[in-house]
Amino acid sequence: MRGATHARAVVCAVAVALVATACGGGGSDTGAVLSSSWGDPPNPLEPANTNEVQGGKVLSMIFRGLKQYDPKTGEAKNMLAETIDTTDGKNYTITVKKGWTFSNGEKVTARSFVDAWNYGAGLKNNQRNAYFFEYIDGYDKTHPADGGKQSADTLSGLKVVGDRTFTVRLRQKFSSFPDTLGYNAYAPLPRAFFDDRAAWLKKPVGNGPYRVASYTRGSQLSLRRWDAYPGEDKARNGGVDLKVYTDNNTAYTDLMAGNLDLVDDVPASQLRNVRTDLGDRYINAPAGIIQTLAFPYYDKRWGRAGMEKVREGLSRAINRDQITRTIFRNTRTPAVDWTSPVLGKEGGYRAGPCGTACVYDAAAAKRLIKEGGGLPGGQVRITYNADTGSHREWVDAVCNSINNALGDDKACVGNPIGTFADYRNRITDRKMTGPFRAGWQMDYPLIQNFLQPLYYTGASSNDGKWSNPDFDRLVDRANAETDAARAVERFRQAEEVLRTNMAAIPLWYQNGNAGYSQRLSNVALNPFSVPVYDQIKVG
Amino acid sequence: MGPYVVRRLLQMVPVFAGATLLIFLMVNVMGDPVAGLCGERQCDPATAARLKQEFGLDQPVWQQYLTYMGNVFTGDFGTAFNGQKVTELMATSFPVTLRLTIVAILFEIAIGVTLGVAMGLRRGRPVDTGVLLVTLVVISVPTFVTGLLLQLLLGVEWGWIKPSVSWQAGFDELIVPGLVLASVSLAYVTRLTRTSIAENARADYVRTAVAKGLPRHRVIVRHLLRNSLIPVVTFIGADVGFLMGGAIVTERIFNIHGVGYQLYQGILRQSTQTVVGFVTVLVLVFLVANLLVDLLYAVLDPRIRYA
Amino acid sequence: MPEPQPLEPSSYVPGGTAELVPADAEILRTGPGGRGPRGPDTTAAPSVAAEERVRSLWSDAWHDLRRNPVFLVSALVILFLVLIALWPQLIAPGNPLDCDLAKAQQGPGPGHPFGFNGQGCDVYTRTVHGARTSVTVGVCATLGVAVLGSVLGGLAGFFGGVGDAILSRVTDVFFAIPVVLGGLVLLSVVTSSTVWPVIGFMVLLGWPQISRIARGSVITARQNDYVQAARALGASPMRILLRHIAPNAIAPVIVVATIALGTYIALEATLSYLGVGLKPPSVSWGIDISAASPYIRNAPHALLWPSGALAVTVLAFIMLGDAVRDALDPRLR
Repeated sequence: MRGATHARAVVCAVAVALVATACGGGGSDTGAVLSSSWGDPPNPLEPANTNEVQGGKVLSMIFRGLKQYDPKTGEAKNMLAETIDTTDGKNYTITVKKGWTFSNGEKVTARSFVDAWNYGAGLKNNQRNAYFFEYIDGYDKTHPADGGKQSADTLSGLKVVGDRTFTVRLRQKFSSFPDTLGYNAYAPLPRAFFDDRAAWLKKPVGNGPYRVASYTRGSQLSLRRWDAYPGEDKARNGGVDLKVYTDNNTAYTDLMAGNLDLVDDVPASQLRNVRTDLGDRYINAPAGIIQTLAFPYYDKRWGRAGMEKVREGLSRAINRDQITRTIFRNTRTPAVDWTSPVLGKEGGYRAGPCGTACVYDAAAAKRLIKEGGGLPGGQVRITYNADTGSHREWVDAVCNSINNALGDDKACVGNPIGTFADYRNRITDRKMTGPFRAGWQMDYPLIQNFLQPLYYTGASSNDGKWSNPDFDRLVDRANAETDAARAVERFRQAEEVLRTNMAAIPLWYQNGNAGYSQRLSNVALNPFSVPVYDQIKVG
Repeated sequence: MGPYVVRRLLQMVPVFAGATLLIFLMVNVMGDPVAGLCGERQCDPATAARLKQEFGLDQPVWQQYLTYMGNVFTGDFGTAFNGQKVTELMATSFPVTLRLTIVAILFEIAIGVTLGVAMGLRRGRPVDTGVLLVTLVVISVPTFVTGLLLQLLLGVEWGWIKPSVSWQAGFDELIVPGLVLASVSLAYVTRLTRTSIAENARADYVRTAVAKGLPRHRVIVRHLLRNSLIPVVTFIGADVGFLMGGAIVTERIFNIHGVGYQLYQGILRQSTQTVVGFVTVLVLVFLVANLLVDLLYAVLDPRIRYA
Repeated sequence: MPEPQPLEPSSYVPGGTAELVPADAEILRTGPGGRGPRGPDTTAAPSVAAEERVRSLWSDAWHDLRRNPVFLVSALVILFLVLIALWPQLIAPGNPLDCDLAKAQQGPGPGHPFGFNGQGCDVYTRTVHGARTSVTVGVCATLGVAVLGSVLGGLAGFFGGVGDAILSRVTDVFFAIPVVLGGLVLLSVVTSSTVWPVIGFMVLLGWPQISRIARGSVITARQNDYVQAARALGASPMRILLRHIAPNAIAPVIVVATIALGTYIALEATLSYLGVGLKPPSVSWGIDISAASPYIRNAPHALLWPSGALAVTVLAFIMLGDAVRDALDPRLR
């Protein structure tokens, strides 16, 4: 049985090479449904409440926003937006395209957006992504910082001025605001959501190329192509069944056994086998994810001047090449800056801001750490959460690398924390005593998104509480620039400040990876490491 | 027997309260779950405060516990962090785990008892020693190693079974996971049956039966087996409670969306409502199963009378 | 009185206390998957024994054990384990923390008979050095459980009354909570990289099992004529408990504890598999097994050796317990 499948695989491969057509006899079946691995989203499936990949995956299938990021380049392109105009980078006029509806027939209007955004910004609605609306005027009223009762239900900065037109007034200049509007939190919502939220959550209704056919919480979400979808990116398959797996290793095993079509999270332990198991049916594509080691700057031992040498020394003791090759089988690329290559040249990425500081050199590492006064307490403990993402393997490898470089088998040890929640707690409560894992997946492909939330004073993901007035000033100036290229240039200058202070140790850029069955073709991952489902052909 | 049952039921009350309180406190020790809800970001303080309020986490622990238990008695087990009712989670996961448990118990009976009887009747012979050793090996290899190995061999290398269980989790899909789950208990049932048979084989009533000239199979089935299986039956009865709650590892390996999986998810997300709710039900199952086992014991063995 | 049945609730005392221990009194609940040896077959208490027979029970047992090949083999294995746990350098002079990623997953080579694991550490060295942690966890957890459990259970069984009723309910509470679940919850907050939190957890959730057995056998022993005689002669309760009851009641505790020891070692591995076991830089079989298990297809040797060592160790302790039980249980002679 298995032998037969293999034989067919070979024939198919040959056929594809010769005629470049899909295999399986007679082109793809636009009605066929594919199955894909999924993880149970931890939060309710609503746009302003979803802040992780699994829920975001679904939202990106059932919703279309004002902007859509190009699955290849990541460029923000108008989707529902006809125009987004501004003269000062602070006041925007947005017009929605004609002809868009939700899959229940309701028209998508300016109000669909304004209502959704007001809902997302309302404190009483408990939306995890509320802070995405913080730049809009009136956020302090709908979402009082002290947690008190909200004094307004609507953002004063939002005004519906026509059936398809609304205006946005921001608190401060933010020139790249339009480019952030492709993020899920900015999706429009139908009236059905506001009329009966509980029913909507059971079976969400959106305006994307797929509609929800059935949803069994914690088990399976069946999406079917919405035939009346007005957009150009119509689904090229009949639908997607997202199946919840308890473990990504099991999902991969199922793919190999032919019970699953698509796995978008190949476990690190199987990477060595993907070529033999899947041949060409494996994707390893860059994504907007960077992994770094952050430091607790609130801890005196790490916050004092001169420690940048120790941090640089640690950075130089990490053999990124070897770790990404051996542990990650090239699904990570050694980092050379603090952003991501998916931004491209125009977006502000360039190879090398980190320079030699990111290059392994045991002797230099030893010297730098000595010059900086040595490791605090003679040992670093790299803290990470042990429940997800097989972090233990790379932390152990990083520690072994540091220990080997420094010639001390106790210089570095991993410090696993049982659960992600507890891990975040320790960060929030400022209980870290040494370097800790910091991963960043971009919300939208802008250099701003890689720098400001992570290193700006008091920013939401500035977990190490790093603070530098030069950096803050450059970011402020960058946001005020109305010219995109000049803004990017300012952000690059801000990145230089990170380099000088070694604010965090860049480790590697994370790729998205996926494996798929022989039934599928035209499978690709977007820069958010999510499969471009609507383009997949089945059969 | 009536007063005895009443007394046992009354004893369950403090045990139930104690077990739920204990697990409540344990989950509470894990700390604030809200920090994990905002991804790799710090929740903004206002939202964090609102979320805490929504899940009642802003109250002192004892008050949380009382409120929670009060709600439980009205059938409200609270809400998981993804907005789903815990009762809904239970309704989907308990049937799955129940099926898994049934498969496991069937294995224990079919294989464990058969092997045990065969060994008990041949005590000391090579076959007895051999099986005895095998049961020891089964006990000493961790379940997750057995599970991963069987999954790889049967599911991938040889393609005999599907390596994972679909969310419907029919009986046919649960055969191998059930075997893995049962493996340790299976070894015990085998050993228990063997000991029991071997002991009873030398009992007076068996000697009498043989002396009466009854045929061998009749002695074994009607006299020996009936008496020897009493401890086995009670053991298996008590096992139900453990199997239902102890499947965390097996369910994870075979992608079974049952109680163990929900508990594991609940713990990772520090969802007090999910964990305490599920454990509450498990504690009830455990207590009732134990009571039934004790009553069954009295029914099977007329020498024991509960007063 | 009918011939004692192996599963007779050991506290079933006609006309005695109204308290009745459930039939699962001897159920053991540790080990992989939250379950473990709970064979009531392991714990039948010697119900009739005169004080004079105490010494002969033990010397009889020893006489039996010396001739039991199962005991001899397991005792030798355990002796060997204890030796390498104390002095691992004897047979593995390398450093278990010395890892070179360039050698990751390599097979056996000269000087490295078991090959290398995913981090490029020598599997042989780590397997040998892992014995210390595993044996420490097993022995300390068992000692803790046995001492705490038999003291509490023994006192409750001897004095009865309110304290006994409370203790019985408390043990029920602990029995009702699945062990693996308790481990996940309690150990996930621990950051210490020593073995003590893991041992502490095992003691915390393991003592009720021993406590029940100790209580049951003390209650049985209390009814014996020689105890009544000692009481009539005016011996103090403490003296009766320590001199007359304890020696008789301790046998089942020893039996169960020996078997439990093996399951604690296996439990450590399961906890590590779930990510809440021992933490680096500890070297333990559990850590290595859980780290190697995803790589079963590529580097089975990294999984095989620590698993094998674990299985042999658990096996040795269970076999020892088995042999001791056979020796101490006069009915099986």
